[in-house]
Amino acid sequence: MIDLSTSYLGLSLKNPLVASAGPYSEDLSKIRQMEEAGVAAVVLHSLFEEQINIESNIIDQALSAGENYAESITYFPDLSGIKLGPEEYLEHIRKAKAAVGVPIIASLNGVSAGGWVSYAKEMEQAGADALELNIYFVSSKPEMTGAQVEQIYIDLVKSVKASVRIPVAVKVGPFFSSMANMARRFDEAGANGLVLFNRFYQPDFDLEALEVVPNLHLSTPYELLLRIHWVAILCGRIKADMAISGGVHSGSDVLKAMMAGAKVAMMTSALLKHGTGYVSLVRDEVLQWMEQHEYESIKQMQGSMSQRSVAEPAAFLRANYMKVLSSYNSREL
Amino acid sequence: MNRPKVTIDGNEAAAYVAHQTNEVIAIYPITPSSPMGELSDQWSSEHKPNIWGSIPTVIEMQSEGGASAALHGALQAGALGCTFTSAQGLLLMIPTMYKLVGELTPTVIHVAARSIAVQALSIFGDHQDINAVRPTGFAMLASNSIQEIMDMALISQAATLESRVPFIHFFDGFRSSHEVAKVEQLTVEDMKAMIDDELVRRHRARAMSPDRPVLRGTSQNPDFYFQARETVNPFFLACPEIVQNAMDKFAKVVGREYHLFDYVGAPDADRVIMLMGSGAEVAQEAVEYLVGRGEKIGLVKVRLYRPFSTEHFLAALPATVKKIAVLDRTKEPGAAGEPLYLDVITAFSEAMAAGKMPTAAYPAIVGGRYGLSSKEFTPAMVKGIFDELAKDKPKNHFTIGIVDDVTHTSLDYDPAFSTEDPKTVRGLFYGLGADGTVGANKNSIKIIGEDTDNYAQGYFVYDSKKSGSVTISHLRFGPKPIHSSYLISRANFVACHQFTFLEKLDMLKSAEDGATFLLNSPYPADQVWDHLPRTVQRQIIEKKLKFYVIDGYEVARQTGMGVRINTIMQTCFFAISGVLPREEAIAAIKNAIKKTYGKRGDAVVQKNYAAVDAALSHLHEVKVPGAVSSRFDMLPAVPAAAPEFVQKVIAPIIKGEGDSLPVSAIPVDGTFPTATAQWEKRNIALEIPVWDEQLCIQCGKCVLICPHAVIRAKVYKSDCLAGAPETFKSVPARWKNFADMKYTLQVAPEDCTGCGLCVEICPVKSKTEVKHKAINMAPQIPLREQEARNWDFFLSIPDTDRTALAVGQVKDVQLLRPLFEFSGACTGCGETPYVKLMSQLYGDRAIIGNATGCSSIYGGNLPTTPYAVNADGRGPTWNNSLFEDAAEFGFGLRLSVDKQTEYARELVVRLSATIGDELAKALLEADQSSETGIAAQRERVAELKRKIAGLASPEAKDLAAIADMLVKKSVWIIGGDGWAYDIGYGGLDHVLASGRNVNVLVLDTEVYSNTGGQMSKATPRGAVAKFAAGGKPAAKKDLAMMAINYGTVYVARVAMGANDPHTLKAFLEAEAFDGPSLIIAYSHCIAHGYDLIHGLDQQKAAVASGYWPLLRYNPDLKKQGKNPFQLDSKAPTLPLEKYIYNETRYTMLVKSNPEAAKALLKEAQRDVMERWRLYEHMAAITVNGASQEVK
Repeated sequence: MIDLSTSYLGLSLKNPLVASAGPYSEDLSKIRQMEEAGVAAVVLHSLFEEQINIESNIIDQALSAGENYAESITYFPDLSGIKLGPEEYLEHIRKAKAAVGVPIIASLNGVSAGGWVSYAKEMEQAGADALELNIYFVSSKPEMTGAQVEQIYIDLVKSVKASVRIPVAVKVGPFFSSMANMARRFDEAGANGLVLFNRFYQPDFDLEALEVVPNLHLSTPYELLLRIHWVAILCGRIKADMAISGGVHSGSDVLKAMMAGAKVAMMTSALLKHGTGYVSLVRDEVLQWMEQHEYESIKQMQGSMSQRSVAEPAAFLRANYMKVLSSYNSREL
Repeated sequence: MNRPKVTIDGNEAAAYVAHQTNEVIAIYPITPSSPMGELSDQWSSEHKPNIWGSIPTVIEMQSEGGASAALHGALQAGALGCTFTSAQGLLLMIPTMYKLVGELTPTVIHVAARSIAVQALSIFGDHQDINAVRPTGFAMLASNSIQEIMDMALISQAATLESRVPFIHFFDGFRSSHEVAKVEQLTVEDMKAMIDDELVRRHRARAMSPDRPVLRGTSQNPDFYFQARETVNPFFLACPEIVQNAMDKFAKVVGREYHLFDYVGAPDADRVIMLMGSGAEVAQEAVEYLVGRGEKIGLVKVRLYRPFSTEHFLAALPATVKKIAVLDRTKEPGAAGEPLYLDVITAFSEAMAAGKMPTAAYPAIVGGRYGLSSKEFTPAMVKGIFDELAKDKPKNHFTIGIVDDVTHTSLDYDPAFSTEDPKTVRGLFYGLGADGTVGANKNSIKIIGEDTDNYAQGYFVYDSKKSGSVTISHLRFGPKPIHSSYLISRANFVACHQFTFLEKLDMLKSAEDGATFLLNSPYPADQVWDHLPRTVQRQIIEKKLKFYVIDGYEVARQTGMGVRINTIMQTCFFAISGVLPREEAIAAIKNAIKKTYGKRGDAVVQKNYAAVDAALSHLHEVKVPGAVSSRFDMLPAVPAAAPEFVQKVIAPIIKGEGDSLPVSAIPVDGTFPTATAQWEKRNIALEIPVWDEQLCIQCGKCVLICPHAVIRAKVYKSDCLAGAPETFKSVPARWKNFADMKYTLQVAPEDCTGCGLCVEICPVKSKTEVKHKAINMAPQIPLREQEARNWDFFLSIPDTDRTALAVGQVKDVQLLRPLFEFSGACTGCGETPYVKLMSQLYGDRAIIGNATGCSSIYGGNLPTTPYAVNADGRGPTWNNSLFEDAAEFGFGLRLSVDKQTEYARELVVRLSATIGDELAKALLEADQSSETGIAAQRERVAELKRKIAGLASPEAKDLAAIADMLVKKSVWIIGGDGWAYDIGYGGLDHVLASGRNVNVLVLDTEVYSNTGGQMSKATPRGAVAKFAAGGKPAAKKDLAMMAINYGTVYVARVAMGANDPHTLKAFLEAEAFDGPSLIIAYSHCIAHGYDLIHGLDQQKAAVASGYWPLLRYNPDLKKQGKNPFQLDSKAPTLPLEKYIYNETRYTMLVKSNPEAAKALLKEAQRDVMERWRLYEHMAAITVNGASQEVK
């Protein structure tokens, strides 16, 4: 009997397949389907504080419109039952918890220090098993240093950690000068997990309209490489559990994630592409491979190909870059 | 019992009781009573129950006639029901009201009493409406104050159940319906104590039921009807006593005492005035003041107006009375006197005849009119009336409050007389419509009313424009009860929330000596003085005002409040006025913010908190210099070049001094000159468009979309540029047929509202910086003078010759002069571009019948009108008959034109010898299908007039009078969806079926926009609107298909923002079609709940999603063997939610009821697809063997 179980953020999971934050986790029936297909945990879509603020302001503007003319002092009924805040999301946590047995991880993207903390508390109260802080901060100010930006991340993690008891994972992008140092600092700040890496809408150009249009394509397996790279480097160097998110599309991708040192492999794009039932195919593929190669458990392979565990640790460093170039060159020649 | 004190307006006070003591509430929007229906609908959607624990059913009907009929049915089947209305609405209920009385049906119609549309519509308050329904027999109970509205609503409900006489409970529109005051709220127990459940059960027992069948509504004959009509007499005779009993019971339960007639004043008064409504409060204040100074005067407040109880009235009068002035807030031309006056005369003559005189001698009784259309009625006027009564022969049939220099009815009075209590704080706040001043002041009144022991009153005055308008808040509070139902003219606090108002409005004229003046100023305390007009400086010095400034916009900017400076100014008011200790005040303001904005989300609350916290550090007192030093003064209301009528009549209205206009200055029959909006330079845009002439491709889209006609284009010969201002821009015209000519795109800087739609629609982007377009917004003030000069020069260039233009192209349409300009419509209005387009194409020969609504308000609300004239003096002629009858009215215009044209043609034939056969033939056979054809016919008519001028024959004279009818006229019927889909639909349907050549333009905003966004049958499924607080469950009615069904009507559904050539084509085809045409025009609207700068994107999305398929149905195509149905937009490419969830009207439901929103979205998406399939099918139908390709 092959043991697929793993542990992530102190949660015991039946396997390392986790649904990452995405459109499917907005839908209760899809969450149920994903559980049936075999996911071990579900990360809900992110609660965006900025979105809530924008919606509040838009409703405020609509309700405040009028006041110009005596016949139309207002334009909308000023309903008391309107919910403009995290309530809908919190209700979703409650419903998801009630609907499935697997752990539910709430995801939060805040904009204000107060927002991060208060929403995190509310998510905990709503029954989330863990939190994923989805942090994305673009500084366009030339006077702001990297150290200042980093400190913002760290302060945020500390303040959330200080306010909730449930485990907290941090999901960040790869754009730090020293990812390893940042990972350690997240560790020190108390993060229970590190989710590598988040993917966000990127501005694209519409050449006909000469407009900037937001864009997000589904992930490709190619994106996995960057994640494996960093998980393999960080494995064993930090306490926090690592999760790979982005580019996991097959059983072999899951295996690679595990061997690099991740505790779980998260999927969204593959499920959007193939449907929720795809989870069971991926699990079967993992099982089959492990059977063929006589692995007993997932835990056994976790970190087995991390930088520390491979014969050529330098392969993860600069040499890797040079080697790749030269191999291309030799083929060309 | 300890009852809660609430600070609410009159409408809420009435609806509070009505909703809790009824089961079925049938409603229809009409100002100023709409909020009663809106609140009822909202409360029911929030599951608030009535006193029997059941949630009342609130249902909107298609008109007030429909509402009263539905009410009639509900009552007949045994439910308890009521309705709310005003003015025309009440008139539409008359036939049903007779039925309700005849069948002795208990119900209450709560009426916010309002003027009737006579020489003009007016939304303001008087008693013309309730007096117009006197003959129905409805009992009428008047409320004079906000507290009384709540009390009388309950008393009338109790009395109707017992008496079986249906009641009108009325109070003054706006003055009472919209005044906010602190009142004691009745409890459920109070209502239960007053409403006798046994009477309710008896009402149910009388109801129609197949279990105990009865028959009503018989047809009766001469032998029977008369006696039957007299059967109700005992009920009417008993009614006054029943009302008094209810009042007595109310006094026992609640503690406030009322009588059918309440007397106030000296017990030994010799002069008495008598009236009802809010004016009675004013009179009470004046009478108490004067009695306190020894005057022997009194006041009779009429509460139960109908049935008029002579006995109770006479009993209320002191025996010492010698003279009585009876005041009616109504006008009945030709009557022996106004109705209340006649009641009093009758009462005394009957008492005299019966030997039951209450007074020693027959008193002198005079009648007078006051306060029509919310005309101010003040203690000074009351004193004026008493002074008149003191004369030997007091004037009868007088007016008070106006200057009647024609028939000399008006009484003189001393406006300086004041009864304002020195302990009452009186604050005046001048705000901009969009800055939230009114909302903040309503909160201030609530804070003062509910957090202190003070009595408090708030009243809010709005102006006649929907953009850039001024609001004036009148706030009173103090330790004594406030009876002052009139505007504040002696303020001890004046706040100006907009610096630019200083130049336009003389707001310090109302400041008392030593008052405080708070100014929102971009200039700091040490610099502001030099930026004040001389008049303002003089008043500050002479009146010794304490003067404070704050840069409210800076604080708003810092705290994320945008342009909403309301809480900032409110905080300053509390800090300066000292009504509460500072910390307490701030806590109270924050508490009010939480209460008002809490449900809108924490972000909104937090930014308001931040604004409150930041306000006081920016508030500074100004050290007032000793002398006037400014080098400029207030601006004249209109330029010196304006015509005499504008100078004499329009300008005072613009300045806020319309009250001073005497009767003689005013047109006798409601007729006004057009083309007056051009004189009202409002300067309301912060930013205006600036043309980049090098980048521009001269496509004309900005000109087409501009809602206010402030962007114009001309093509002209280069010699026209002689004398052009230095900054006047001109480039070679990009037209093949205008080679060597110049082109200019010019903005009217002082008329622009700054909406930015022109920039949005501009298709050209700079290759080096894409945000830069061929037209870009820039701050107005630095450009104002320069561009005003350029605008004047632009106007002096001759218009491009219409006959040289291809009007089928948007590019050429920009060169047609708009004859609809600078309206007061909302910034970014989606309706006005269509009206403007019509005016460009046909304005010089257009006759317009306009339904009441937004288009009649921006079209015809005084002081000015946007309908304009061209260089020949021709332009649209316009009339708004009513809301419900626009189609029939416009149809009548058509019949009239056709008849006169026919007669003119007959006369041409008869006089052909005189005219000359050739000209006669040419006149009769003229092809007028093009601009050239019209121009040629105009020349022929001119020649005809020359030829018959001076001829003495009656036929020649007749022909001279109607010769212009030989030039084709274009009849337009314009209205919104409330008219076309609901109240006017029956008439519209009939007119469309008539086959006559009228052009109907439906400006479809999908709600009753003008009255504040109530649901119509055009409202889409899933949208939240007033009266559809829970989201509209039914799909929008497909008016186009209903008209297409006739097969003889030209129908187009257009959206200018999505496809402007299509819109243009539809207008041209509709007008050319010799029969009825219907254009349904997508009109984005502020009631959709988004920044209208995105209006064009939303129009595109509406079309792309298939929600608004563009189509044309042209019956003429059938003659050509073609399919008349043309589907002009592509199959849906955008999911519906991508369109609708950009708009608050839809997202509000997602936030209030996500499940319902989801279900309705699904259904709405299905509606779209089903309809698309049907349209596709219709467009593909083969006609006479010719197949039609779907575009």
